[in-house]
Amino acid sequence: MRLIYALILTLLASLPARAEVDIQEVTSPGGLTAWLVEDQSIPFAALEIRFRGGASLDPRDKLGAVNLMTALLEEGAGEMDAREFSRATEALASAISFDASRDAVSISARFLTENREATGALLRAALTEPRFDAEAIERVRGQVLSIIQSDLKDPDDIAGDTFGKIAYGDHPYAFPVNGTIETVTGLTREDLVQAHSDVLARDRIYIGAVGDITPEQLGSLLDEVLGDLPEEGAPMPPEAEVQIPPGVTVVDFATPQSVALFGQPGIKQSDPDYFAAVLLNYVLGGGSFESRLMEEVREKRGLTYGVYSYLLSRDLAEVWMGSVASANDRIAEAVQVIRDEWAKAAEEGITEEELEAAKTYITGAYPLRFDGNAPIANILVGMQMLGLPIDYIATRNDKVEAVTMADIERVAAELMDPEGLHFVVVGQPEGLKSTAPSDG
Amino acid sequence: MIRKPIIAALLAWALPLAAVAQGAADEAVTTFTLDNGMEVVVVEDHRAPAVQHMVWYRAGSADEPKGASGVAHFLEHLLFKATDKMEAGEFSATVAANGGRDNAFTSYDYTAYFQRVAADRLELMMRMEADRMKNIRLTPENIRTERDVILEERNQRTENNPNALFGEQLNAAQFLNHRYGTPIIGWRHEMEELDLEDALSFYETYYSPNNAILVVSGDVEPEEVKRLAEQYYGVIPANPDLPERIRTEEPPQIAERRLIYRDPRVAQPYVSRSYLAPERDPGEQEKAAALTILAEILGGGTTSFLAEKLQFDSQLATYTGAFYRGTSLDDTTFDLVVVPAAGVTLEQAEDAMDQALAIFLEEGIDPEQLERIKYQLRASQIYARDDADAVGNRYGRALSIGLTVEDVQNWPKVLDAVTEEQIMQAAREVFDRRQSVTGWLMKEEAAQ
Repeated sequence: MRLIYALILTLLASLPARAEVDIQEVTSPGGLTAWLVEDQSIPFAALEIRFRGGASLDPRDKLGAVNLMTALLEEGAGEMDAREFSRATEALASAISFDASRDAVSISARFLTENREATGALLRAALTEPRFDAEAIERVRGQVLSIIQSDLKDPDDIAGDTFGKIAYGDHPYAFPVNGTIETVTGLTREDLVQAHSDVLARDRIYIGAVGDITPEQLGSLLDEVLGDLPEEGAPMPPEAEVQIPPGVTVVDFATPQSVALFGQPGIKQSDPDYFAAVLLNYVLGGGSFESRLMEEVREKRGLTYGVYSYLLSRDLAEVWMGSVASANDRIAEAVQVIRDEWAKAAEEGITEEELEAAKTYITGAYPLRFDGNAPIANILVGMQMLGLPIDYIATRNDKVEAVTMADIERVAAELMDPEGLHFVVVGQPEGLKSTAPSDG
Repeated sequence: MIRKPIIAALLAWALPLAAVAQGAADEAVTTFTLDNGMEVVVVEDHRAPAVQHMVWYRAGSADEPKGASGVAHFLEHLLFKATDKMEAGEFSATVAANGGRDNAFTSYDYTAYFQRVAADRLELMMRMEADRMKNIRLTPENIRTERDVILEERNQRTENNPNALFGEQLNAAQFLNHRYGTPIIGWRHEMEELDLEDALSFYETYYSPNNAILVVSGDVEPEEVKRLAEQYYGVIPANPDLPERIRTEEPPQIAERRLIYRDPRVAQPYVSRSYLAPERDPGEQEKAAALTILAEILGGGTTSFLAEKLQFDSQLATYTGAFYRGTSLDDTTFDLVVVPAAGVTLEQAEDAMDQALAIFLEEGIDPEQLERIKYQLRASQIYARDDADAVGNRYGRALSIGLTVEDVQNWPKVLDAVTEEQIMQAAREVFDRRQSVTGWLMKEEAAQ
């Protein structure tokens, strides 16, 4: 194994270390800024528009308003009712989707070059003239309530919800994006109109476009689609104070396999040590088959199908999370192995060989992300939301390469908190009990 | 409109749906066959310096011997253990150390292994994949731990998910004598008994170049792929004893089946109906094309017939869907799902679905809807060019069930040529209640 690694590392000189992506910044006549990658090889384009804020802007008694509002954007707009809007989209063979998440409302569109303007007219109607017809509100509310009810009986969702309440206290991140049965049942048309003006405003737009579209065409498309939106939306929520107590929270749920989520405070993406943390996490539990957690929990002991850890760095909070699922009579052992590995990494760090392998993977996998118009449009928006420079793609791998063993040791010692790692376990785990009172 | 979450939640058990995926007329596809019988497909896309390397075996769960359900998938896991030249885990570690990702998947009719890496790493991938076609070395310890892993995988996918348990029972009732009635992952009691001999016997029978298809997509030149394929795969001898792919067949299905599954973990009850349906056959894809479009017409989203009748005209349903998976070696199914709205019983939902089907068979197709679907099919050929890997997957799947390269290339034309009359004829034939299974997934109030 060691020999083969040595051989591979000598080959690395030829590995494409950077993705060849030529990004232009485009400013529309109306003053909207977008990032564009022009590529005329296929006659279509992908457009990604994101409004920062998302479901986190829900007032406490109106949870789910942003989500329901977003779902209704394609359910009737301008002169069209829900079915007419759908038929019009299909007749253009365009794909338009609307999604609300914690940090953003996203609009993803894909259209043939010949249908660019017609698709722009549909997007404009959906974003600026949604009807919120009573019939559509009731129909989509029923769908959302059905999803909420399903989530209440899904061990993964129960675990996520329970962990959120523990980690984020009173912050919007502690509450479900879909809302609760009570709040969603109570939402009125006025609440949706309010959510629309809170969220869909020009002061929080990020735009990426990729494909067969020129800067001029993109500029006029954006003014058409977004030009009439209000200048300002609701103020952004404050950052969350992440407070994760040590211990275990067991949520009793009758199912054969326990599902566990675990976590501790994380690190901001803007932190100079962020890539050191990324590399450390890759070695611990981020690599799919290669991580220490996979090796110890799955490969050596057969305790699970999958165990992972990940840095979840969102707009308003950062956590270092992980997940595992094992039969009720084996989950306690899996939890112990994970705790031991967390402690071992915190105390001893990782080896130089592991660091090199992690760097090779993280830098080598980066160009593979740029594999299609829509994925690239997504990356462009993500970069803008993080405030990264437009030439970031060319320099990102250098930042990864620059991480030293000393950086890793510092991050392992300062950031990792094996004592503080909290486990939420949903199921009927043998040999595990709640250590802290649960409000889940 | 909320679509994905409901579909994801309810149809987690459903087969990986080969939607209405299209082949583009001007795809850069090259195909050839090595001397030992291994077929090769190359899909060029030079826009990014990446490549996907896949090997598909014409062996899936429906090829397993009786009593050893799950062995095809078990073996898939075991191929990541040691070979003569590599240690256990070294395969994936090497792919990762080259900046790539690898994985594998098993279905009824095939097992496939793939890696996505920088284009200049193709040779290394071929060297390793060719090695494990013949040279795996398994220990009793591998068998013990990996069997625990697949049992946990079954826990995660099936035992923890009432929709999946329900789907398994429906499938078992649909197929009276064919192996499609047995879950791909296996029945738990048989998985617990799988041993080294089961795995090696399946491996030795089915893993050989004359039973495999190599699919390479991305930034590659066909001549270079050919040279490498001959060097690494071409030297492996064909298996002269490869058995013919003969499976037990269904008897006439003459009795409608009805199932009720209750589970305290069910939050959202629903009705499922499946009908036995023909699949795509080499040179004869017309009926499958008609059924593919029928599924779009009846249940392909907001403007579909069932949505119109059950979600808009009468608000009896929260979600409706129709699914058909034509890329199958033997007879497949045409499936309908109705999720009732709050306060609507499963019986009312099922009656409404059957009334809607009766009206459809009476009234026929809205020509404008058919025109929209065909325009979308044509557009999907343009969009497909943005995803060479998906094109490669399509060839691999089709060739592994016995379709030819020509069938794959003709498929868009066959779909485009389907007439209203053919679709209605296919609908009349497929909606035969004697060949159907109707299931109700229900809540059980008394949780233990």
